[in-house]
Amino acid sequence: MAGHRPLSPHRLLRGTIVERSVLPPGCLRVCFLAFSVFSCSLLFSPPSSAQESPYIVTYDHYLEEPGNLEVEYFSTFGTQRNSNDFHAFWVEFEYGATAWWTTEVYLDGQTTFGDSTLFTGFRWENRFRLLKREHFINPVLYIEYERKNGADKILKEVEGVDVESDYADANATLRQEHINELEFKLLLSKTYKGWNFAVNPLAAKNLSNNPWEFGYAVGASHPLALKASPNRCAFCPENFTAGVEMYGGLGDRYHLGLHDTSQYIAPVAAWNLPSGWTLRMSPGFGLNDNSHRFLMRWGVSREFSGFGEMLGHFFGGRR
Amino acid sequence: MKTKSVLLRVARFVPLTMAIVLVSGVSRVAAQENAAIGANIQKWSYNELMNAPDKARAKQNPFEGDPDAVRAGGKLFERRCAECHGMKAEGGKRAPSLLREEVQQASPGALFWVVTNGVVWHGMPVWSKLPEPQRWQIVAFLKSFKAPSGPQKPTGSE
Repeated sequence: MAGHRPLSPHRLLRGTIVERSVLPPGCLRVCFLAFSVFSCSLLFSPPSSAQESPYIVTYDHYLEEPGNLEVEYFSTFGTQRNSNDFHAFWVEFEYGATAWWTTEVYLDGQTTFGDSTLFTGFRWENRFRLLKREHFINPVLYIEYERKNGADKILKEVEGVDVESDYADANATLRQEHINELEFKLLLSKTYKGWNFAVNPLAAKNLSNNPWEFGYAVGASHPLALKASPNRCAFCPENFTAGVEMYGGLGDRYHLGLHDTSQYIAPVAAWNLPSGWTLRMSPGFGLNDNSHRFLMRWGVSREFSGFGEMLGHFFGGRR
Repeated sequence: MKTKSVLLRVARFVPLTMAIVLVSGVSRVAAQENAAIGANIQKWSYNELMNAPDKARAKQNPFEGDPDAVRAGGKLFERRCAECHGMKAEGGKRAPSLLREEVQQASPGALFWVVTNGVVWHGMPVWSKLPEPQRWQIVAFLKSFKAPSGPQKPTGSE
């Protein structure tokens, strides 16, 4: 890598967003304008406070409150054998369209140390609550469309026979692979005496001629205190939730099982601040030789209320 | 080959089109649902209290008469519920007043049941993500409106 010339910010931008991206060239200006309008609108939306789950990969059955927008940033630092370590990141916009439907857009990117930084794609995720009330187990249907390249390393889910060595090539090689994928999950979750238990089986289909791939994520979490204290406080134990999650691949249609898959276990912790901010942290550990040895994840998010109403007025919704 | 290249060109605009459809469609659906909710807000929300099963209705609030629970409930209400129900529970565009007789006369168990299950098809999310004691604290706060001195505000500083 010593022979590489450092890229100017302009060349970097052109290289990572225009030339390599999935967006049409003229779209960049429109996107920038849209993003500016969006950022300004957030300034006028009051922050909202929610009890966020500590999971990073697993989902429970709770959806975003209707009309609220949650903006999240997550980082994953991963070790890589036979290549350079990486730092992958994503920005997530989670909107509660109704009390039974949450929709999210993700923008992914990564930096591989000693290699390059690049935008790796986007995802559009939808979650639909299937039942009207709380039941013994609460199902939520999850449908996601992903348009990314092979250099995507956020490891938001592990499926099929995804293994550590898949990420060992240089970014220039990895980004040649284009992935259009549909992903389905059934989010099953139950909260009992403060404990949340969640199980997420998943099935994914690359829209090219690849077989169905399968995976899972399971998690359990518990707040540090069940009763709220009468005083306002940032450090009250009820603001902290801790737990553990486990996730991995289950092979594909032709080779179902744990053979040649990667598996992870990760303690998780979240801190819900009264100001509307949530911090999450999760060190993850690979459980077999196919897994990255260590993944350090952290994230920060903030929820804004009344965003949907404002957007509804803008697009001609009834007052 | 020509058809393929046209298709590829069209495909490049899919993300942008999808984004526009997503933002306009989602916000329109949400706005229309909220408008429908606004129109029937009183009807469905108070009816939901009547739907509470007898077993749930009969439950007693373990924090009844506990002033700390009322203060904690007030804090939770402000953080979780006030954006729809109003800071003083007076109601808003999206959710009904909780000062009305229907709510104040309802049993603590019925209120707890509605807080737990939400009224999902009509815009109120489930709040079982809050631990059970915190939901009872919210109920204690709601019931405190009956007291002549009114609800007690949470104290302390951030």
